Amino acid sequence: MLGWGIVKGFVETARNFLGSFTRKDRLVTVQFPEERLPVAEAARNFPFLIYDGVDPEEGLRCVACQICEKECPPRCIHIEKSKDKKPDFVGKQQFYPAVFDIDVSVCMSCQICVEVCPFDAIRMDNEFELSTDDRFGGLLWQKNKLSRPNDYYAAIHPTEAAEVEGRRAEEKAKAEAKKATQEPAVTK
Amino acid sequence: MQPWDQVFVILKHWLVNHSPTATQPAISILLSILPILLVFPILFAFTTVLERKGLGRIQNRYGPNRVGPLGILQPLADAIKSLTKEDIVPSSADPAVHFLAPLVLLAVAFLPYAVLPIGRNMIAANLDAGVLFFFAIGAISELSVFMAGWSSRNKYSLLGAMRAVAQMISYEVPLLLSSIAVIMAAGSLSTVEIVEKQSGFSGIFPHWYVLTPWGFAGFILFMIAATAETNRSPFDLPEGESEIIAGYYIEYSGFKFALFFLGEYLGMFAISGLGITLFLGGWSAPLSFLTWVPSWTWFFAKLLGLIVGFIWVRGTLPRLRMDQLMNFAWKFMLPMALVVVVSAGAWRFLPHGVTRWLVSSVFIVVSYALLARGVGTRNKIARRIYRFAE
Repeated sequence: MLGWGIVKGFVETARNFLGSFTRKDRLVTVQFPEERLPVAEAARNFPFLIYDGVDPEEGLRCVACQICEKECPPRCIHIEKSKDKKPDFVGKQQFYPAVFDIDVSVCMSCQICVEVCPFDAIRMDNEFELSTDDRFGGLLWQKNKLSRPNDYYAAIHPTEAAEVEGRRAEEKAKAEAKKATQEPAVTK
Repeated sequence: MQPWDQVFVILKHWLVNHSPTATQPAISILLSILPILLVFPILFAFTTVLERKGLGRIQNRYGPNRVGPLGILQPLADAIKSLTKEDIVPSSADPAVHFLAPLVLLAVAFLPYAVLPIGRNMIAANLDAGVLFFFAIGAISELSVFMAGWSSRNKYSLLGAMRAVAQMISYEVPLLLSSIAVIMAAGSLSTVEIVEKQSGFSGIFPHWYVLTPWGFAGFILFMIAATAETNRSPFDLPEGESEIIAGYYIEYSGFKFALFFLGEYLGMFAISGLGITLFLGGWSAPLSFLTWVPSWTWFFAKLLGLIVGFIWVRGTLPRLRMDQLMNFAWKFMLPMALVVVVSAGAWRFLPHGVTRWLVSSVFIVVSYALLARGVGTRNKIARRIYRFAE
């Protein structure tokens, strides 16, 4: 009979309409600023620089090798190498970045800087609300704004951080063992 | 008669009597027009929220809920947005016609309210041929749609305008025929008289025409034709957002676009108001013990009811194809409307009682069953055979 399907359709939409008021599981919308879904562990948006310890100037892992600056496809990284050197985590004298800027508006979140970094100094952050009302200054992040402690890295990417931590501990142990074998030779 | 029922009429008379004698006619006219110009656009604003929230709920979403409590101030935000947007006129468009089209549509959308009795003694112009006036004005909206489509100089807008004109002319026929049944029964073209004919009660039930077999069928036909006439889903082929982007108003932006929207919704309210006047007893109460409620509240309650119906239809039915649209108009709606006219005639001349109910219903049901068979079985889906392209 003509019209029966239309009546069934009306019943279906009425059920949807009333159900959306009575059943919570029908409304799947996440009301974003108030409600948030947990961010996936592998989520990435913008790189940050890791430092060990408490002082971002002292513990910054970056040695200003400028590999990331050269590899960055949109060229959003700008590094100026320091004149002097400071010891890194294994005690070796290294340069450090006097200036380290990343342009938020240019970065395309490709993670290539992270992949090429031989010092585990740059990693991706999952922070995604980066908008600002300052179009020029607010979008160019300096070294102090980019620096994050190692604990933060361990908190947002626990699996990845544990792997990095293990590798670094191994490296450090090796370096110390080498130093221990070298030192007696020096004293002889 | 209760004071609340006539509060606006009394207020108008008081204001007119307290103005200088020379300006009294002008003030009287102004006071009849102004409420229409205020109330219905406000109703439009809140209908848009109602519609968006209703459709949202039908699709298991929240709908707008950010501006003001529960999102009811959304129309304000929309108005500010459309006022501040750039008004673009295509360089190859006909600027005069392009500018005039939304204005014509809006003017035409407001005019039919003159003959709608919103409450007892509440009508801007009590014309003897009110229904005729309504349809005559309603036909001009096709002109404005075609003006918009033609002057934009865009193939999609022209396609949309052509669809709109074809559709509106096709559906005007059943729309008129189903109202002719009411005009026959009431014996008058005056909207006030039609409402008065329906305002009596038998027992507790009113004498609305929708409560007769022919009236019910006529009401359904009228509302389907009204949906098509106002280009609302499922008859929104002229707009056809997924096919021809936005049809005849593709080249309109900013406040002109908002005016088209306003005109379209005002047209919907007006035709719903006519449906209420013709079939649902206008401002009369639905049950005899509810007559103490002011008459104008009944009109607006019925209007809201029909608006909810329109929203429900929009949330349920998918858009028709052009051939389905035309088949439905000419092969189902038109014969059905003619049967309704005949059935109303039989109702008029048969004596009161079970016989006329039976005869009138048999007319409707039998012709519905026969016509529905014709509509349903045509065009079986089959594998398409290409003779030359293979």
